Amino acid sequence: MKHPIFSAFIALSLGGMVALGLLLTFWEDIKMLLSDQFYFSLFLAVAVLGGIQTAVAYFILLERKISAWIQDRFGPNRVGPVGLLQPLADGVKLFLKEDIIPRHVDRALFVFAPFMAMVVALIAFAVIPWGGEFRWPWMAADAEPLVAQVASIHIGVIYILAVGSMGVYGVVLGGWSSNNKFAFYGAMRAAAQMLSYEVPLGLTVIIGVLTAGYLLPGPEATDAMRLEGVVAAQTGGWWLFVYHPVVALMLFIAALAEANRAPFDLAEAEQELIGGFHTEYSGMKWAMFFLGEYAHMITSSAFMACLFFGGFLVPSFVPGAEWINTSDAWLAMIVRIHVLAFKVLLFIAMYMVVRWTLPRFRFDQLMRVAWKALVPAGMLLLALQVLIIQFGWSQWVALVGNVVIFVVMVVASVLVSAGSPITGRQRSMIERDRGGLGANAGLQHAGL
Amino acid sequence: MPGYNMPGSDWKQTDVVVVDQPELTLFERSYLPQVLGGMGTTLRHMFNVAKRSKNVVQYPEKKRELRKEIYRGVHRLNRDDQGRVACVACFMCETACPAHCIHIEGAEAPWEDREKYPIKFDIDELRCIYCGMCEEACPVDAIELTPEYQLVGQSRQEMIFDKEKLLMVFDRTKDDKPRKNPRITGY
Repeated sequence: MKHPIFSAFIALSLGGMVALGLLLTFWEDIKMLLSDQFYFSLFLAVAVLGGIQTAVAYFILLERKISAWIQDRFGPNRVGPVGLLQPLADGVKLFLKEDIIPRHVDRALFVFAPFMAMVVALIAFAVIPWGGEFRWPWMAADAEPLVAQVASIHIGVIYILAVGSMGVYGVVLGGWSSNNKFAFYGAMRAAAQMLSYEVPLGLTVIIGVLTAGYLLPGPEATDAMRLEGVVAAQTGGWWLFVYHPVVALMLFIAALAEANRAPFDLAEAEQELIGGFHTEYSGMKWAMFFLGEYAHMITSSAFMACLFFGGFLVPSFVPGAEWINTSDAWLAMIVRIHVLAFKVLLFIAMYMVVRWTLPRFRFDQLMRVAWKALVPAGMLLLALQVLIIQFGWSQWVALVGNVVIFVVMVVASVLVSAGSPITGRQRSMIERDRGGLGANAGLQHAGL
Repeated sequence: MPGYNMPGSDWKQTDVVVVDQPELTLFERSYLPQVLGGMGTTLRHMFNVAKRSKNVVQYPEKKRELRKEIYRGVHRLNRDDQGRVACVACFMCETACPAHCIHIEGAEAPWEDREKYPIKFDIDELRCIYCGMCEEACPVDAIELTPEYQLVGQSRQEMIFDKEKLLMVFDRTKDDKPRKNPRITGY
């Protein structure tokens, strides 16, 4: 009975009993606290933080599993049943690893950067509407309903944009303070990439907010700046991606780039930059960057789900959709939280399949996608949405506009690139055929 | 490099075949079908449980079937029919070894049928590249590579296999992979 597992088990069960006793003793007070929006928000914040960190650990396992499945392997399956305890093993390993701080780094910023990356990614969850309005069974039927959301602020959408774009600070500080050229290149790439993709991200979000405001009944239109308002605009109607499929796609692309995920992971391009911005990091600090990246993925997925894919709503063909979407019972709230979590899971699975399918962009291609495709298309669609609101057209005009602009963009890109070579190698071949370069030009140039 | 691409040197311009990349068609240039096709491929593999179940070998529980007669694993030093080391200390394997991992010390043989035998025969298993050149070079087929591939040790010193260890490898693998030509040298 001296095995540490037994001691841990005894300690855990003792702690559990104490907690249960406290819960039962103070049950009335706890009920009162949970009925207050402020304390409920506090409780929810703690729960969400814990939930997100666990989810991050398991998303890392999911990523390893998905990459394995795509490559006809099984992935981690040794620790626990089908590898389910692998995150625990990884965590123990990372905690116990030596945490090296190289002598040549800027110490303060070097230590600060991973925290920056993670904290910034975590605080964005505050404005995600997890479960809508509800009442506890012990609350009066006419009491002010609680909101299953940490902070219901008026500028929720702007808050997410602002906080999300601060994620680049962690990367840039980490890369700069490492005092290493590869880390620095990675950080520079990340900065340029984030700056570029902020623009299409902002445009698509504005389109979503405008559409939500147009769909909301007149006096509530300003609610569209809150994510819960955007979700309310989709209650009982079509979800916004039905009106704006291309905008939803653009938001997905921009979110990929914002989260530094493949095919936009130039900041940590292993083949060129060793580890990119986290070259010099090890142990738990290194892990914090990854916790931050995955937390960022969860945030952007939840954001996308709320903005264009109905948030915690279920489509009306699902049995009981009416009850799930609008009921103020606390069970409905729990179901709604799971609906949103499921949508987040779908998005993240998509992120991962994209990562293990598509090759990384070249940097000029990355910039071209942002400035020559996403930004003009976003501006045109924004103008269209403004026109729809100004002249009171049907919202379905937006769908037509989306399709037209999509076709125009594809045709234009094909025509622009028609006749001009795609790769550098082809360009050199064409120059050779024109006689611009001799057949041996390369050799002669090299002095051979 | 003077004369490197002059006429009359050992290669001619006409020997060089320039292969152009095939031009992308208009359909391929529109890019999106290719992206979606790629996603289709990866998703197909992702849900193909049968394929990975068939191909993946869950290693410690299951092991691959090896072609034992040609697998190049840990070395062994063969014994002849009287249980003596078959090596005649000719140094052919040491000479052939590209990784310089074999070290032999020869001495006069105490037996009638040969002149020399090794009093020391060390192989650094960490340095070895398992190319099998020693096996090719050996005139008496005394050194052979076995199908044994689980090679672990606690230190580098431990991974330098001496004569006794190599003979032990022979003792435990001789049923798995019998000696090729036990009577090649006649003794």
